[in-house]
Amino acid sequence: MSAEQSGLVKPYGDTLNDGKVQLSFTLPIEWSEAADEAARQLVAKMGFADVQVVEGRRIATGFSFFVVYGSTTQSIDASNIAAPSAKAHAMSMEEIDALLRDKLGRKVRVAGACIGTDAHTVGIDAILNMKGYKGDYGLERYQMFETFNLGSQVAVEEFVRIAKERRIDALLASQVVTQKGSDVKNFTALVELLEAEDLRDQVVLICGGPRVTNLMAAEMGYDAGFGRGTLPSEVAGFIATRLSERVEKARGQR
Amino acid sequence: MELRIDPSVVAACRALAARIARPVEEFIAGHSTVAVERSVLRLLGVDGVNGEEIPLPNLIVDSLSPEQRGRGVALAFGRALAETGMEPAALAAEIGAGRTELAAYAATPVAAARGALAPYVERALAHIAARREERRAALERTPQGEPPLLYVIVASGNIYEDRTAAVAAAEAGAQIIAVIRSTGQSLLDFVPYGPTTEGFGGTYATQANFAIMREALDAIGEKLGRYIMLTNYASGLCMPEIASMAAIERLDMLLNDSMYGILFRDINMKRTFVDQHFSRMLNAYSGIIINTGEDNYLTTADAVEQAPAVLASQFINEEFAHRAGMPDTQIGLGDAYEIDPALQDGFLYQVAQAQLARQVFPEAPLKYMPPTKHMTGDIFKGHLIDAMFNLTSVMTKQTIHLCGMLTEAIHTPFLGDRALAIENARYVMNTARHFGDEISFKPNGIIETRAREVLSDCRDLLEKVEKRGLMDSIAVGVFADVKRPPDGGRGYDGVFARDEGYYNPFEEALRA
Repeated sequence: MSAEQSGLVKPYGDTLNDGKVQLSFTLPIEWSEAADEAARQLVAKMGFADVQVVEGRRIATGFSFFVVYGSTTQSIDASNIAAPSAKAHAMSMEEIDALLRDKLGRKVRVAGACIGTDAHTVGIDAILNMKGYKGDYGLERYQMFETFNLGSQVAVEEFVRIAKERRIDALLASQVVTQKGSDVKNFTALVELLEAEDLRDQVVLICGGPRVTNLMAAEMGYDAGFGRGTLPSEVAGFIATRLSERVEKARGQR
Repeated sequence: MELRIDPSVVAACRALAARIARPVEEFIAGHSTVAVERSVLRLLGVDGVNGEEIPLPNLIVDSLSPEQRGRGVALAFGRALAETGMEPAALAAEIGAGRTELAAYAATPVAAARGALAPYVERALAHIAARREERRAALERTPQGEPPLLYVIVASGNIYEDRTAAVAAAEAGAQIIAVIRSTGQSLLDFVPYGPTTEGFGGTYATQANFAIMREALDAIGEKLGRYIMLTNYASGLCMPEIASMAAIERLDMLLNDSMYGILFRDINMKRTFVDQHFSRMLNAYSGIIINTGEDNYLTTADAVEQAPAVLASQFINEEFAHRAGMPDTQIGLGDAYEIDPALQDGFLYQVAQAQLARQVFPEAPLKYMPPTKHMTGDIFKGHLIDAMFNLTSVMTKQTIHLCGMLTEAIHTPFLGDRALAIENARYVMNTARHFGDEISFKPNGIIETRAREVLSDCRDLLEKVEKRGLMDSIAVGVFADVKRPPDGGRGYDGVFARDEGYYNPFEEALRA
C-alpha cells in the first residue's frame, strides 16, 4: 500500500519514504573525532537511522557545532490532523466595512497593544497602522473601525481598564518576545483578568506574534491567534465575522 | 567607489541641523533632570541601595526640596560633605539608613560645599581618564583588527550566561559585544543594583554586570591578542546614569540617540534632550563611541520611503553630539539594511544609502544594522539576506557591523547562531575585502541617482523641521509618523528648570 493510500507520510529527501531529516545543533564539548561520534550517537538515540555527521567543528572553547542527516523511522497520518485557521474569513476592506455596516450598524472599537514588558510594536503596528502590511491596509484605514493603538509595554491591568472605559469590542494583544515563556504568561494573565472583570464574553479577544498559532490561542482561551505573515484584512475579517455572528445569535434568541 | 553628490547640499543640511539644534540647546542649558542629578551623585561615588532596594542616588535626589533641586544635588550634597567630613559613599549610606538628611545642612555656605566636592570631582575625572588611557594602551598593545568591526549581541537575561556567550563569540571572531538590556529597562527611572540573573529579552544593565563583562572581555582579549569592545545602552530614562557607570567601568560604546527614546519609547522629549546632552558630555570625556538609532525608522516604516529621514536624523544626531563636545570619531551614526528583499534592485538602494552615509560622514564610525524586519522563520533565506548585508557593509566601508542572525525572527541568538553569523561575515568580508576600491558607480545610474534623491529629500525634510522647530515637528509626527507632544510622555515630571546658582561640577569641569 502506498503512503498516499494509507495517509501516512514521512519526510521526503529525494525518494518517497526515505524519511530524510537535517539537524544542526551545538554541543558543550571540545571538538574532536569523538565529538562527531557523540553527535552521531545522540541523533541515533533520538530515533534516527542512517545517521551521518556531515559537518562537525569547534566554534569556541568547549563548544562544537554539527550538521547531521538521518532518516526518521516515524511517520504521520496528516489527513487526520486539523488546525483550524483564523484566516478563513478572507474579505476585502470594502466587504468588511459593508458587513459591519449591515450587521452592526456602528463602528467597531478595536484596541491593540504590546502587553507586559514587550517593546516590539512591529506586529501590532502592521495590523493597526493606516499603512498596513504588504499592501494590505491596516485597521485604521477602515471606515467601520475605530482603533486605539496603545503601543508598547502596556500592563495587562491597564489594557483591561482601557477596554472597559472605552467599551472596546475587540482586543488585540501582541507579543514578540518569547523568552522563557513570557508571551504565554502575559497572554494568560490577560484572559484571566478579563474573566475576573466579567469582560471576557463581551470582547473578541485576539492574540498575535511571530510564534502565535491559532491552536495555541484556542488553548489559552482566545477567540483567535495570528502568527507571522498575517495581513490586517485577515484580522479585520475575523473580527467582523465574529461580531456579526454574535449579532445574528442575539437576534435568534430574541 | 565614489558617488558624485553635490557638496553644497551636504553643507546646507549641516547648516540646517545647526539651526534646528540651537533653540533646543537653549532649552537644555536652562534645565536639568533627576537622571542628570543622579548621575552627578554616581560620579561622586554614591552607589548601592537601601534596605528597600531603592538605589541611593534615587533616594537622595528624591529627598531634595524643590529649592534644593533647582540648584542641583551637588550643592546640597556638598554642604553635607563639608559639615560631616565624610566620604560620599559613607554619607550616602548614612542618608540611606535614615541617620541624616541633606536638609540639615542648608545653612552651609556655597563655597564650603564646592570646596568639599572638589576632591571627589577630581577623583572621578582622574578615574575616568585613567580608564580611557587603559583602553588606548590596550588597543595599541592588542589591536582590535580592521573594520567593519563585527558586533554581536548577547541577551540571555543572566549575566553569567552572557559572559559564556560573549567569550565564545570573541573566540569566533567578534570584535564588539553588546549586552542587550532586559525589555522594559529603558522605562525604569532607576538603575537596578548588583549582578543579575533574571531578565526578559536581555540582561539588566547594572554597574556590577558591566564590571563582570569587562573583566571577562579583557581576559579573552589578552588571550586572543585582540581588544574586545563592550557595548551597552545609554537610552531611556537613565541615560546619563548609564553613561557615568559606563565611563567608570570602561565600556567602549553606548547606544545613545538624541530622539530615539522620544519616538519609540514615548519618553518625554524635554527629558530626552537634556539627558542626551549630559550623557554625551560624559561620553566625549570617557572616549566612548556612541551608536545612534536610525535603524528604528526603518524597522517601523518602509525602508525606501524613510531613507531621507534616516539621513536627516544622522545630521541632527551629529549636531547634538558636536554640541556636547564629541569628536566625529566617536559619533557612530546608525543605518540599517531593511529594504524588502522582494524589491527589484533593493540591493542597489542599500548600497546607495550606505555609501551616501559614508561620504557625508567620512570620519564617523558608522554603525550598520542588519536586516530584521523582513527576516522570517526561513533561516536559509535569512542567512542569504545577511550575506548581502555583509557585502554592502564591506563594500561601503561601514565601521561597526552588527552581525545579522539567521534566526533573527525566532529567538535571541543561540551560541551556534552567533558562530554562523560571524562566519558568514568573515567569509564575505574576506572574499570581497577590496571590492569597493576596485569598482566605480555608473554615472547617473540607479545607485547614484538614488543617493542624490535621498540627499535632496533629506534637505527638504530638514528645511521643514527647521521651519517648525524640532519639538513641534516631533509633536506633529514628522519623524517616523510618530506624534509626541512636548509635555507628554514618560519622565516629564523629572525635568526641572535650573535656578540661579545651579551647580553641576562635572558639567563645569567638562566644559572647561
